[in-house]
Amino acid sequence: MIRRYLRLLGVQLRASSLLILQYRGDFLLEGLVSLFWTVTALAPLFVVYRGRESVAGWSFGEALLVVGWFTLLQGVLEGAITPSLNGVVDHIRKGTLDFVLLKPADAQFLVSTTRFLPWRATNVLSGVGLFVYAFHLLDRGPSLPGLFASLVLLGSSTLLLYSMWILTVSAAFFVVRVDNLTYFFQSIFDAARWPSTVFKGTLSFIFTFIIPLALMTTFPAEAMLGRLPLKSLVAAVGGSLAFAFISRRVWLRSIGHYTSASS
Amino acid sequence: MSLRNAARAFPTMLRIGFSEALAYRAELLIWVVSTTMPLIMMALWTAVAREAPVGRYGTQGFVGYFLATFVVRQLTGSWAAWQINFEVRQGTLAMRLLRPISPLWAYAAENLGAMPMRLLVAVPVALLSVAAVGREAVPQTAWGWPVLVLAIFGGWLITFLANVAIGTMVFFMESSQKLMDVWLVLFFVFSGYMYPVELFPPLLRTAADWLPFRYQIGLPVEVMTGAHGLAETLGLLGRQWLWILVLAVFSFTLWRRGVRRFAAYGG
Repeated sequence: MIRRYLRLLGVQLRASSLLILQYRGDFLLEGLVSLFWTVTALAPLFVVYRGRESVAGWSFGEALLVVGWFTLLQGVLEGAITPSLNGVVDHIRKGTLDFVLLKPADAQFLVSTTRFLPWRATNVLSGVGLFVYAFHLLDRGPSLPGLFASLVLLGSSTLLLYSMWILTVSAAFFVVRVDNLTYFFQSIFDAARWPSTVFKGTLSFIFTFIIPLALMTTFPAEAMLGRLPLKSLVAAVGGSLAFAFISRRVWLRSIGHYTSASS
Repeated sequence: MSLRNAARAFPTMLRIGFSEALAYRAELLIWVVSTTMPLIMMALWTAVAREAPVGRYGTQGFVGYFLATFVVRQLTGSWAAWQINFEVRQGTLAMRLLRPISPLWAYAAENLGAMPMRLLVAVPVALLSVAAVGREAVPQTAWGWPVLVLAIFGGWLITFLANVAIGTMVFFMESSQKLMDVWLVLFFVFSGYMYPVELFPPLLRTAADWLPFRYQIGLPVEVMTGAHGLAETLGLLGRQWLWILVLAVFSFTLWRRGVRRFAAYGG
């Protein structure tokens, strides 16, 4: 069973890389756009930190780590998660999802692995570049167990992002005209750019429990600085697993709700 | 003649636009939720200002500024670029071209027709702002109100015309989506959407003054919160309408040349 799915993954990956190799010129353009994004994304940070040492307990270098995680996860999101799931929205609108549902493999697996944009790896690289620069500013290195914890958190954040995206796409089954669903998701994810202690009251509650943005960027940054309590790490991993479970249930419900274009 | 046709048909098109906005209310809701960035920025900047005010903005100042930003964004939004992109690629633009009125009027009517629905979101937020900040959240002077309406309308015109120009590029390249992304990045940085333009370092400030983006959001917001005197406001308004003129000439020319290249297959 697992071997079959691994082989399937290999086939899908090969197909999508062949598709991408047709447009080699895009590589440079995509890389440039993503670099441009990273630089402009830093603009508010510079404006905020002009003439002050720290904001909500985060120094410039430390906040830069959060931005680094944001950039890295954005690369994961836009390179591996959004492209194929955007296809689902298209399928739903055109009523061609039937072709996927008829295939003898799990539909969620199929729609999640149809398309990758390896160009987005440039984002991951700029994220790592930001880490290096941030630690250079902080004049110290990351703590070793912290680095390990942050890698674990990278896994749980990716799972969280993926589950949230599945939830968003599931909404497409009910609200058909959703051209801007990607845009919607990205604008929510955008809040993850800031250390979560900035948010107070209602927003803080939303970003910790309902849309767990704090877990995705602030926790790994804190882990790298070696100040994330073990309890939070466990909570983050447990929370992301729970989130994945919920999104799976919702996806199955939505598939059940789906009526093809002709029926 | 075409202009007279358009003028006669426009009220009907507006009504259609309104019905469409009413029919797709869920999409409008998604749009509203995806423009909550000002609220996030508000949280961030009030946290910054709690320790010490930034420029002339204290905590209250930022609350007023970003609620106004939210209101202005609701009222100046346009999605013509996505629409043009989609319709050209699907070939459905052919249907619109058969009508005796330029499709651009239809796009404009669809945007403006949604205005009542958008006011339904914007007005309560404006009232909330008055409740939170006091009278300073809305224009204090008699001239402030008409100028605000003019500035918001100008802001919408710039957004719409830029959308048309970028959307029209789809005739010349495979997709203008990427171009739109670049425009949006610049918009976020230079429009005053994420922070008041006056907080920029001087060099970027000058750039923002000359680029069109701040006249989409920044200027209406500044008029709403009463940031400038009459003379300065009129000067900025002049620049806004200059940009409108430039963009109008540019995007209409581009559109005319683009449509000639359009060939729909089975549309």
